[in-house]
Amino acid sequence: MANIIDDATIDYVGILAKLALSDEEKEQAKKDMGRMLDYIDKLGELDTEGVEPMTHLFPVQNVFREDVVTNGDDRDSMLKNAPGEKNGMFVVPKTIG
Amino acid sequence: MAREYETVIGLEVHVELATKTKIFCGCTTAFGGAPNTHTCPVCTGMPGSLPVLNKQVVEYAMAVGLATNCNITRHCKFDRKNYFYPDNPQNYQISQLYLPICRDGYVEIETEEGSKRVGIHEIHMEEDAGKLIHDEDTNCSLVDYNRSGVPLIEIVSEPDMRSAEEVIAYLEKLRLIIQYLGASDCKLQEGSMRADVNLSVREVGAKEYGTRTEMKNLNSFRAIARAIAGERSRQIALLEAGEAVIQETRRWDDAKETSYAMRSKEDAQDYRYFPDPDLTPVYISDAWIEEVKGRQPELRTEKMKRYKEEFDIPDYDIEIITGSKHMADIFEACVAICNQPKKVSNWLMVETLRLLKEKEMDPEDIRFSPENLAKLIGLTEQKVINSTVAKEVFEVMFDSDVDPEKYVEEKGLRTVNDEGALRKTIEEVIAANPQSVEDYKNGKDKAIGFLVGQTMKAMKGKADPASVNALLKELLNS
Amino acid sequence: MNILDYTAVELSDRIKKGEIKVAEAVEAVFARIDEQEETLNCYITLEKEKALARAGEVQKQIDEGTLTGPLAGVPFAIKDNLCTEGIRTTCASKILSNFVPAYSAEAVANLERAGAVIIGKTNMDEFAMGSTTETSYFGDTRNPKDTEHVPGGSSGGSAAAVAAGECFAALGSDTGGSIRQPASHCGVVGMKPTYGTVSRYGLVAYASSLDQIGPLTKDVTDCAAVLEAIASHDAKDSTSMMREDTDFTLALVKDVKGMRIGIPKDYFTEGLDSEVKEAVLAAAKVLEAQGAVLEEFDLSLVEYAIPAYYTIAMAEASSNLERFDGVKYGYRTEDAKDLHAMYKKSRSEGFGAEVKRRIMLGSFVLSSGYYDAYYLKALKAKALIKKAFDHAFAKYDLILGPVAPTTAPKLGESLSDPLKMYLSDIYTIAVNLAGLPAISVPCGEDKKGLPIGLQLIGDCFAEKKLIQAAYTYEQCKEGN
Repeated sequence: MANIIDDATIDYVGILAKLALSDEEKEQAKKDMGRMLDYIDKLGELDTEGVEPMTHLFPVQNVFREDVVTNGDDRDSMLKNAPGEKNGMFVVPKTIG
Repeated sequence: MAREYETVIGLEVHVELATKTKIFCGCTTAFGGAPNTHTCPVCTGMPGSLPVLNKQVVEYAMAVGLATNCNITRHCKFDRKNYFYPDNPQNYQISQLYLPICRDGYVEIETEEGSKRVGIHEIHMEEDAGKLIHDEDTNCSLVDYNRSGVPLIEIVSEPDMRSAEEVIAYLEKLRLIIQYLGASDCKLQEGSMRADVNLSVREVGAKEYGTRTEMKNLNSFRAIARAIAGERSRQIALLEAGEAVIQETRRWDDAKETSYAMRSKEDAQDYRYFPDPDLTPVYISDAWIEEVKGRQPELRTEKMKRYKEEFDIPDYDIEIITGSKHMADIFEACVAICNQPKKVSNWLMVETLRLLKEKEMDPEDIRFSPENLAKLIGLTEQKVINSTVAKEVFEVMFDSDVDPEKYVEEKGLRTVNDEGALRKTIEEVIAANPQSVEDYKNGKDKAIGFLVGQTMKAMKGKADPASVNALLKELLNS
Repeated sequence: MNILDYTAVELSDRIKKGEIKVAEAVEAVFARIDEQEETLNCYITLEKEKALARAGEVQKQIDEGTLTGPLAGVPFAIKDNLCTEGIRTTCASKILSNFVPAYSAEAVANLERAGAVIIGKTNMDEFAMGSTTETSYFGDTRNPKDTEHVPGGSSGGSAAAVAAGECFAALGSDTGGSIRQPASHCGVVGMKPTYGTVSRYGLVAYASSLDQIGPLTKDVTDCAAVLEAIASHDAKDSTSMMREDTDFTLALVKDVKGMRIGIPKDYFTEGLDSEVKEAVLAAAKVLEAQGAVLEEFDLSLVEYAIPAYYTIAMAEASSNLERFDGVKYGYRTEDAKDLHAMYKKSRSEGFGAEVKRRIMLGSFVLSSGYYDAYYLKALKAKALIKKAFDHAFAKYDLILGPVAPTTAPKLGESLSDPLKMYLSDIYTIAVNLAGLPAISVPCGEDKKGLPIGLQLIGDCFAEKKLIQAAYTYEQCKEGN
């Protein structure tokens, strides 16, 4: 395997992705990720000199809304699925600051 | 010998745009709604919802870019900035990293050493976050997404400022430009204009910049000035002690006049920006730029020049009145109604400024309407009320924008021009104050002042003092 | 004839003639569900009462003559990653197991406007990440043709429900083959339209630049009718295309004379099961016999499609799935001491292994220092792949090939080796990268009796050619 994923990298990715992995899951993730990256490295064989990265398939641009209010108060629908609700707001664990 | 240090400052200024709706959905941007009543699936990050760009946001951003001498990026795109925080419902903010809408501009500021250019690195469009409120009862936080998705532009300056004075001059300049464009009301206290300060220090003469920190939570010019002084000292103290400044984000606590690091091991500061596949690119043509330019309202320098030509008022008044777009709007609207530029200017320069200072308000907070000020001026012109009463009425109007005509009627403040009634009151005053009459006749001119005062009191202030004086003299001398 | 033997369009026809009541059709579907669902597990959520109530409304509109379209009164199944107002929408994930949207996906709303009756939400791979419908939090779905085998995925529930008569037609979503591959494995028709043809509003995003909603149906006629109903320009989806040629049923014409069909040699190499290969080439001969002109060619870049696809899909997925955090909806861990613990635990407990694997890799390829090497490189590869197709479509009207290298694998065979599972998408994913339309049509069975699918790929916006060729094949193939 050309790509060796170390513990620090897996922990870092866990912080980015907000996932907590057990030790066993970490070992598996290290192997899976390394193998996938080896496979993705195949793209390195492609000569992409001068090729524009294709972010959008079609040359469609300037898709806009006019600045007109179309939505009313739909708070109950927005809060209906909330795991925690108080005074019309979403409850979350205390944030810092 | 003590080393001398130079402060190097760059600013990231966030401005909430004055659109009616949010940047990616049709929810209102109005202030003051009950929590989460201005939300929809898009701005609360519901699964399956998709953003659609508000055209007005692009036009405001272009207008600000043009007014600050920027190049407009013809093909610009939106990117996702990924980070988890509850005020950010998708856990990514839609912003612009790779192709911001404006680049390479500048504004001129006035400093003690003369005029100076502050470079603008870029201006980009993005969405605002919701609001977090701490709940004491449960020791939890509560999230309100009413502000989530309100359009912002972020104006990133070059590190061209060297003092708090320059920073404030720059901010005031930006504020005026943006207010004149009508792109935002730019209120620091209310958060519609927010500045993050990037600051580093270096020895005078050094070529390289020092390590910078970013300071957030600065919501007044005073806080900005104090935070700059505080951070400068902190960094110098570190360097003097042989320690290094760490590149980090710090939060300013204005009450304690100190800042602290916002770092946490759970914040990687790796935003994984990538082009947002849900939005299409924006292409800005020459024609569109010309169109936006054509719609650009009169800016301050043009307005000052016009005032000089059109109105016979002092330069100083012009300076003050045009120093706030809102005040200038009131001035012009009021003059349009009553055609009395000098009188209008006077009310703004004297009573309005006095009350603003007394109540610690900004000109942007003026609530009375030009129509009502014009009516008040009309009332004094026609001598319906005297100047003392007019000032009283103005104070009420300043607080609650009452209609002065109605107010004068309701409160019975009209000057009494009925000579019969006035003559009767004066006769009563003369009869009740024989000593003063005596004094007057003995050549004590001061006594007349007392008698005028007594008459005004008896008339509950509603008499014209000049008429009282004339009639008193006539009666005393007869 | 059993009601369930009708196609969707035939059923609607009978309903409009007054021979069958909408409620009868719904009852027939639920009777079949009662018989088989315990074994097959096509559905995550069934809504019999709502469906019957809706059947009454639809019946009334048909009787009044206000609903006259080809799908009026037809019972439909909807993949569970399409939001349905008032009906639970889970994406087959624990993290959305209790989510009830307040809005319907535009495609679902369009279908209802055409008179469809929604009977339930179908099982799928969690967040559409998988090719077998085995990664669902709600258990696997079995292939109705052989319950020891998977139905394919990720729209496995939709494909199996159509094949088993547990609905008359279904909607699925296709990010890398998720409609075409299960359609192939279950012996039904499945189509992925040109990117932007069907609004993505209300489709819970997996990879936004690749996702497209499409039909799974009993035949090509139904497929055209459903696509015609769901295709629309939607102001709520910025990537939705303004098209004027969405009268797809007009393409149901038996004629391929002179149609130029390219057969990519790169699709018939090592790794393709010989029975699949024979069936697909036999299907090509059927079209040739009808006057189509076949030609083999080198498509090129085929082996780069998978790494490019997975890089882009996982990167987008890592961002799209950030909103599942236990704050606004869905699962939140019981045990959350602070904000970050709440995030990490809710997500770790709420997502399954395959979803976590893709989120991790996606986060990594976007992270500082790797963006250019992986993500940008993949976008450049995508540009080259699109160019290769442009080149091919300059010569051919359609491209013909297999859908999958093998027929449906056995349960449990695929998940142990994720990379091997990804490789099985080789014939379908390039289509998504290039935004092309493609259809999967049944073209036979292997010795075990498992269905084989023929894939026809068109240039962007060439759905009508696809439908015409698929219809012609369907009309002329052996047994018809």
